[in-house]
Amino acid sequence: MALDSKVPQGPLKDKWTDYKNKINLVNPANKRHIDVIVVGTGLAGGSASATLAELGYNVKSFAYQDSPRRAHSIAAQGGINAAKNYQGDGDSTYRLFYDTVKGGDYRSREANVYRLAEVSANIIDQCVAQGVPFARDYGGLLDNRSFGGVLVSRTFYAKGQTGQQLLLGAYSAMNRQIARGKIEMFNRHEMLDVVIVDGKARGIIARNLVTGEIERHSAHAVVIASGGYGNVYFLSTNAMGSNVTAGWKVHKKGAYFANPCYTQIHPTCIPRSGDYQSKLTLMSESLRNDGRIWVPKNMDDVMAIREGRKKPTDLSEEQRDYYLERRYPAFGNLVPRDVASRAAKERCDAGYGVNATGEAVYLDFASAITRYGKEQAKIQNINNPSDAKIYELGQKIVEAKYGNLFQMYEKIVDENPYETPMMIYPAVHYTMGGIWVDYNLMTTIPGCYAIGEANFSDHGANRLGASALMQGLADGYFVLPYTIGDYLADDIRTGKISTDSPEFEAAEKEVTDRIKFFINNKGTHSVDYYHKKLGKIMWDKCGMSRNKAGLEEAIEEISALRKDFWQNVLVPGTDTEYNEQLAKAGRVADFLELGELFAKDALVREESAGGHFREEYQTEEGEAKRLKEFQFVSAWEYKGEPKDAVLHKEELVYENIEVKERSYK
Amino acid sequence: MNLTLKIWRQKDSSTKGQMVDYKVTEISEHMSFLEMMDVLNEQLVNAGEEPVAFDHDCREGICGMCSMYINGEAHGPDRGVTTCQLHMRMFKDGDTITIEPFRAAAFPVIKDLVVDRSSFDRIQHAGGYISVNTSGNTQDANSIPISKHAADEAMDAATCIGCGACVATCKNSSAMLFVGAKVSQYALLPQGQVEAADRVQNMVAQMDLEGFGNCTNTGACEVECPKGISLDNIARMNRELMKANI
Repeated sequence: MALDSKVPQGPLKDKWTDYKNKINLVNPANKRHIDVIVVGTGLAGGSASATLAELGYNVKSFAYQDSPRRAHSIAAQGGINAAKNYQGDGDSTYRLFYDTVKGGDYRSREANVYRLAEVSANIIDQCVAQGVPFARDYGGLLDNRSFGGVLVSRTFYAKGQTGQQLLLGAYSAMNRQIARGKIEMFNRHEMLDVVIVDGKARGIIARNLVTGEIERHSAHAVVIASGGYGNVYFLSTNAMGSNVTAGWKVHKKGAYFANPCYTQIHPTCIPRSGDYQSKLTLMSESLRNDGRIWVPKNMDDVMAIREGRKKPTDLSEEQRDYYLERRYPAFGNLVPRDVASRAAKERCDAGYGVNATGEAVYLDFASAITRYGKEQAKIQNINNPSDAKIYELGQKIVEAKYGNLFQMYEKIVDENPYETPMMIYPAVHYTMGGIWVDYNLMTTIPGCYAIGEANFSDHGANRLGASALMQGLADGYFVLPYTIGDYLADDIRTGKISTDSPEFEAAEKEVTDRIKFFINNKGTHSVDYYHKKLGKIMWDKCGMSRNKAGLEEAIEEISALRKDFWQNVLVPGTDTEYNEQLAKAGRVADFLELGELFAKDALVREESAGGHFREEYQTEEGEAKRLKEFQFVSAWEYKGEPKDAVLHKEELVYENIEVKERSYK
Repeated sequence: MNLTLKIWRQKDSSTKGQMVDYKVTEISEHMSFLEMMDVLNEQLVNAGEEPVAFDHDCREGICGMCSMYINGEAHGPDRGVTTCQLHMRMFKDGDTITIEPFRAAAFPVIKDLVVDRSSFDRIQHAGGYISVNTSGNTQDANSIPISKHAADEAMDAATCIGCGACVATCKNSSAMLFVGAKVSQYALLPQGQVEAADRVQNMVAQMDLEGFGNCTNTGACEVECPKGISLDNIARMNRELMKANI
C-alpha cells in the first residue's frame, strides 16, 4: 500500500483552517449513536476522551492504572510550550514551527508541525479556564521559562509538576463526562488486541487486570493513546507499566510502525547506582535554565573526586570544563537534548565521568544561587550583603523554582544539591517513533487513530523539551475531535457494532491462547530476567550511539532471546486473578519483537539524525551527519517476524523551511 | 543488610488474609523500598511461589499508585515521600519490617497490598472540575490576572497525588484532606468561583456516601502526606461548605 499523508493543499498557514472548513461534520443527534474507544488516559487520551464526550460521542476509555489520573504524563516536570509571545521576545507560530522542525533534525512532517504550533496558544487558554494553576509573576500574569534548542521563553509551567497539573486538568474534564455517563471508564484494564471488521477498526479485546476476565468492546473507531515504548530498554524514565502492547497489536493488524529507532535519551537524569535498579529518574530540563554542566578539566581532579579526596566545590572555575558552554557558545547549557546527551557521553567516554561508574557529570547551581541572591539583595535594599546572606537569598529563589526537583534528588541520592552539584547522566526518556499516522492522525488501518507519544508525527528525530505535553493536548483537545468526525460522518447509519462476530471471536481466541500459554509454560526464568537482558542489548547496541556491526549483533541477539523467552519463560499464578507477572509477560513479549524492528530500522538508516547517531556518519567535529537521501519517514509493515518487515517510505518535503545543517554553536 | 518482612497476604477481596514472614538478604541501602520488594518477588517467582501483589507505577513519587503501610505508617518512616521514594537507608541490618495495605472501609483490598481507591475517583466525579468545554474558544489566558499568592496556594493544594495516605493514617479514615485540597484549588482561583457552592456540597456528600469518616483535627494526615498538603485546606473546605449551606 502506498503511503498517503493526506496533507491538504494550499499555503501552510491556511491548511488547517481550510481543512476544518471543508470536512464532514456529524450532527449532535447522530453523535449519540456513535461509539469511540480510547486506549490510554494520559494527556492525549484523557483530553481526547473528554472532548469527544463533550461533543456527544459515547466514549469508552481504558487505563491499566487504577485511575485515569495516574497515566505517566503525570510525571512530566518542566513545562509546556506555546507560541503566546507574552514575553515579547519575538516568538510566533512560525518560530515555534521552525524550532520544532529544526530541533527534530528535519525529519518531521511540515504540515503537522505547523498545525501543532498553531493550536499551541489555545491550549494555555483552555488549561487556565480549567483551573490549572500555572506559575504567575507578581503582576498576576503567566510566567515563562526557557527550554533547550530555542532562543525565546515560551514554556509555561507549574513548578516542576507541569505534567501533573495538565493531566489533572484533563482528568477533571473527563470526570465531568464520566459523571454525565458520556465516558465509560475502564480502570485496571489492558487492551490486548484490536478487532478489524470489513477492513475497519471496530473494537478491542481487553483484559480486566483484577479478575483476569477477557472482554470484547466494540466501537466505530479506536484511538490508541498508550504512550511511548522507552521501556524496551528496561531502564528508562517511563513508569514501570508503560508498554508498547496496544501500539504493537495494531501494528500486527496492519498499522505501519514509523521510525522506531528515533529515541530520546534525556541528558539530565539521576545516574544509575546498581544492578537492582528498576527505573531511572529524570531531573527536568528546566534545570538547565540555571544549572551549568561541567566535568573537571584535569584527569587528576577526576580521580581525586572519584576517590573522595576532593569535593567538586574544591575546584576553582579554571579547573572546570563547562563543556556545553565551550562547544556551543550560542545555546550553551540549553542545547537540545540529543546534543547535550552526546556531549555528556563524549566526556565520560574520554574518562572524565565524576562518579564511581564513570558515568556522571555535574549540574551546578552555585552561580545561579549567587546571581539570584545578589538580585534579591538589591530588591530588598540590603547594602554590602555577606556571601552567606547572598547565598541564603539566592537559595530561596532556586527553591521556589525547582524545590520539588531538589527534594526528589536528595531523597534518591542522599546529597543536598544546594550544597554540592547534582550528578546527572543521560537516560532513555521518550520515543519520537511510533505508529505511522496521516494528517488526520489515522493509522493505515481505517478507523484506527494514534495520538500523543504513541504516534510518530511531530518531533522528527529529536523532540524539543516541553513539546510532548503540547503535542498530547493538541492532538486530544484540538486535532482528533475534528479529524475523527470527518471519518465518523460515514457511520451515522451503521448502528451498534455487534461483538458476536467471527472477527471478535477470532481475536479473543488469539488473546486467550497466548495467556494460556504463559500460564501453562512453567519455564525456568522470570519475565524480568528476559526484560533486563533485552534492555542491556538495547542500551549497549541501540543506545546513544550505534554502528553497523553492533546493530547486526543486536538483531541476532534479540531474535535468539525471543526464542528462549517463548520456550523458558516462567509465569506464576493463574489467569483468573490479579496477576502482574502475567500482564508483564505479554508486554515483554511485544518488546522482544519491537526491539528487533528497532535495531533493523537503525541499521537501515545509514545517517545520523537527532537522537539516532550512527558512528559511521559524523562530521569532523563529531556532530550528527544527516544525509539528503534519508529525508524520509521509515514506515514498517508487519509480515510475521520482525526481520521480514517491509519498509515503506514517506518522502519529506520542506517547502516553507530551508533544510540546513543543524547548528547550535 | 538482611531483613525479616512481615507482609499481609490476601488472595482476593472475599478471602481472609494473614501476615506471612519472609527473609531477604544482601539488601543495599541505596535501593528504594520497592526495589527491595522486587528482590523479594524475584526470589518468590524463582521458588515457584506467588509474588506479593502491590501497586506501583511511576516510581518517582508523582503517580500516587504505591500505597504501603510500613511499620505502622503510611509510606513508611520517612517524611515527604511516597513508598517508591522511601530508601532502604532508613532501615538497619536485622530489622523486621511490617508491611500492610492502606486500610480503610472505603479502600477494600483487591489482593495482598493492592487496594481499591475508586471511591476517590467518584468524589471527583461529583464536582472535581470546572464546567468548561474544551472547545479552545475560552478567553485569553492572561485576561484575568491572578495574584501570585493565590496561584501559588492553589498550586500547593493541587499537588495532591490522590494516594490515600491521609485516609490510611487517619483513625477515622477521613478523606477531608484529599477533598479539601481539590475544593481549595478551585476556591482559590477566579475560574472556580462560579460553581463553588455546588462543588463543595456535592463532593462532601459523595465523600460521606463512600463511607469515609469525619475529621477530628488530629492532624495525622498532614504529617503523613507525601506532598505536604496543609490542614488549612480542610479549614477552607469547611468554610466553603458553611458559605454554601447558608
